[in-house]
Amino acid sequence: MSGKRVTFDRHWLALLLILPQMLLVFVFFYWPTGEALFWAFTLEPPFGGDMQWVGWQNFITVMEDPLYWNSVRRSVVFALSSTAIAMGIGMLLALFVDRELPGYRGFRFVFFWPYAVAAPAVGLAFRFIFAPDAGFVSAINQWFPGLWNPALDGVDAMILITLANAWSMVAYNFIFFLAGLQSIPRSLVEAGAMDGSGVLRRMRDIQLPLIAPTVFFLIVINVTDSFVNSFGIVDITTGGGPARATDLMVFKIYSDGFKGKDYSLAAAQSIILMGLVVLLTFFQFKYVERRVHYT
Amino acid sequence: MLKKRMIGAAFAAVATFCTMVPDAVAQQRQRFEYWYGLTGQLGEVMADHCRRFNESQTRFEAVCVGQGGYDRAEQNTIAAYRARQHPTVVQIYDAGTVNFMLSGVTYNAVNFARDFNMRINWSDYFPGVASYYATSRGEMWSFPYNSSTAMLYWNRQAFASIGRTAAPTTWQELERDMRAMKAAGHACPMAIDFDAWQFEQLSAIHNQPIATRDNGYGGLNAELLINRGFLPMHISNMRRWLDEGLMRIQTAQTGKTIVQAFADSSCALAITSIANHGVVSATQSEGMQWGVAMLPVYEGTSRTNSLVGGASLWVLQGKSRGEYEGAAAFLDWIATPAEVQWMPTVTGYIPITTPAFQQMMAGGFYNQARYAGREISIQSLTFTPPTANSRGIRLGNYTSIRSEIQSELQAAFTGQKSVQQALDDATARGNQILRRFEQTMRGRELP
Repeated sequence: MSGKRVTFDRHWLALLLILPQMLLVFVFFYWPTGEALFWAFTLEPPFGGDMQWVGWQNFITVMEDPLYWNSVRRSVVFALSSTAIAMGIGMLLALFVDRELPGYRGFRFVFFWPYAVAAPAVGLAFRFIFAPDAGFVSAINQWFPGLWNPALDGVDAMILITLANAWSMVAYNFIFFLAGLQSIPRSLVEAGAMDGSGVLRRMRDIQLPLIAPTVFFLIVINVTDSFVNSFGIVDITTGGGPARATDLMVFKIYSDGFKGKDYSLAAAQSIILMGLVVLLTFFQFKYVERRVHYT
Repeated sequence: MLKKRMIGAAFAAVATFCTMVPDAVAQQRQRFEYWYGLTGQLGEVMADHCRRFNESQTRFEAVCVGQGGYDRAEQNTIAAYRARQHPTVVQIYDAGTVNFMLSGVTYNAVNFARDFNMRINWSDYFPGVASYYATSRGEMWSFPYNSSTAMLYWNRQAFASIGRTAAPTTWQELERDMRAMKAAGHACPMAIDFDAWQFEQLSAIHNQPIATRDNGYGGLNAELLINRGFLPMHISNMRRWLDEGLMRIQTAQTGKTIVQAFADSSCALAITSIANHGVVSATQSEGMQWGVAMLPVYEGTSRTNSLVGGASLWVLQGKSRGEYEGAAAFLDWIATPAEVQWMPTVTGYIPITTPAFQQMMAGGFYNQARYAGREISIQSLTFTPPTANSRGIRLGNYTSIRSEIQSELQAAFTGQKSVQQALDDATARGNQILRRFEQTMRGRELP
């Protein structure tokens, strides 16, 4: 006997229900992306009119520009190091809170705050704190003159924006790690403790493997976020300098497109950046995810 | 910067709201929109000017909206024009002039003034101001508004400590004075930054070109000339002075801009716009004695006029006759002697017409302690009639070229490259930008 399968056979209803969402996605994602793709193959004066089809010229200009590759390299360094720092610290804080160290209730409450601060505000705060002449950190230069100067030293500038970005991402990672840790049954950790393993051993062999899906998710989010959301911090703290040391890809798109009014070149760069992020996420799912076991 | 923008935006919102409150008279008034770029204290002055125009008459109402920065004003106008939501009048900075001249969307000032019977007398403007905004045929396409030029700010007390009572007029003197100050224990004789504007100004007063084809006025096929002659020599000197500790780099990133470092007496000299005269007055450390002077020239060269900076007002196409009548009334009103004189009293900007300046001189304006020295900027702007090298710079996408120069200067001043190498690279990249601009504007010619 074959039972009658209960399905929606009225597809129009389903379509109608998802229409608002599809419309949003279309208007705010596919349409602008399509527009950018079109721009990337044309040249047009800022005020419009006289549009020329130039084929791959914009892409070739971007690809042949050594400074573009400089900005790709800087973006990769920035994304990897701020992800590593933000996830490392986020994890550590989550483990502390999970172990219910003294004052953990208070910390659990405040650790999330930095994520609520907008990137430009983070940038402004870090610029003040780390200003070599006037900031709190200027004391370092009293003892070791010239040691810290992000305005003139590219490495210092990169450290500054990496720390600023990591600082705001730590909070986000913390929440996810803590949620992950708290979903691990207490009995597992307690069993480990009874078998005589120390705190660090339990973290390494029990807790970390069990929250591997969370770790993987956060890697994807952190890396993507560092690529596309770093603009506010760079704009306020370093302006891409000194000597292009912090000229990240998104910032370069902004300066070429909006400051330079070269929308076509900026569009070509956006398309490349989008491709890069898609590729990166694809590889993460293909290779990193293999090592993740969902329970 | 962000704070300034936010204050600007908040202010603009308030200003818009205030002008939108309907009253019996406003209902019948012809409205037109005016966008301005300046922010902070100067943005408030812009809004104030609007408000005073609206109070001065009952026929028209200027709806004034701050855009949160010069570059934003240009970006937003472009976006708005493409959506046909643009203002009637917009304030555009010097570097945006080329884009607007080539845009084909402007209602050129000369035609506009003729079509709407404006009272403007074009020959009243200082020649340096007029020629900057004029086409190669000498026609004005925009209305000069807030104008400035670069000055040398000097701390009288620091100079008194080395027995000097006047500002240096040559770079050789300036070098000697910096050395003397350093020897006397002054930590920062001069504050510098990477701003490309000061080098444009120095090239102008030494009558040296920045680019071929008369600094670009002659056509879009101009090429940069910044890697030969005067600039490599001067920038190499600066690098040497920097290495010797005679100069110090001051930017927002180091904690203090050159203006702040000068105003709090930590640096004795700085080159910046006369528009900052009011800022320094308002923020100077207590009891500080200071003055402004013309930029120094090198010994053995003769001085030419300096370049005008600031912004002008453009009228855009596609508006109604009523809106244009309102705009014409506004533009006429701000060009009256009384209003031209008002601007320098509330900002460091110069009076842009000769009659207004003469009235102010006669009225003793520049003898008042607060404003003393500002007249030197007029002297600098009008030192000689403008030459092909000192009338202005008209290069496509100049904002990007400036930022290339700035990045290369950062590399040169921090020792990553030689000065010559940095300027060669800036020239090569700048020329690429110019060629791309030329290609984008294919079929269009500079008026």
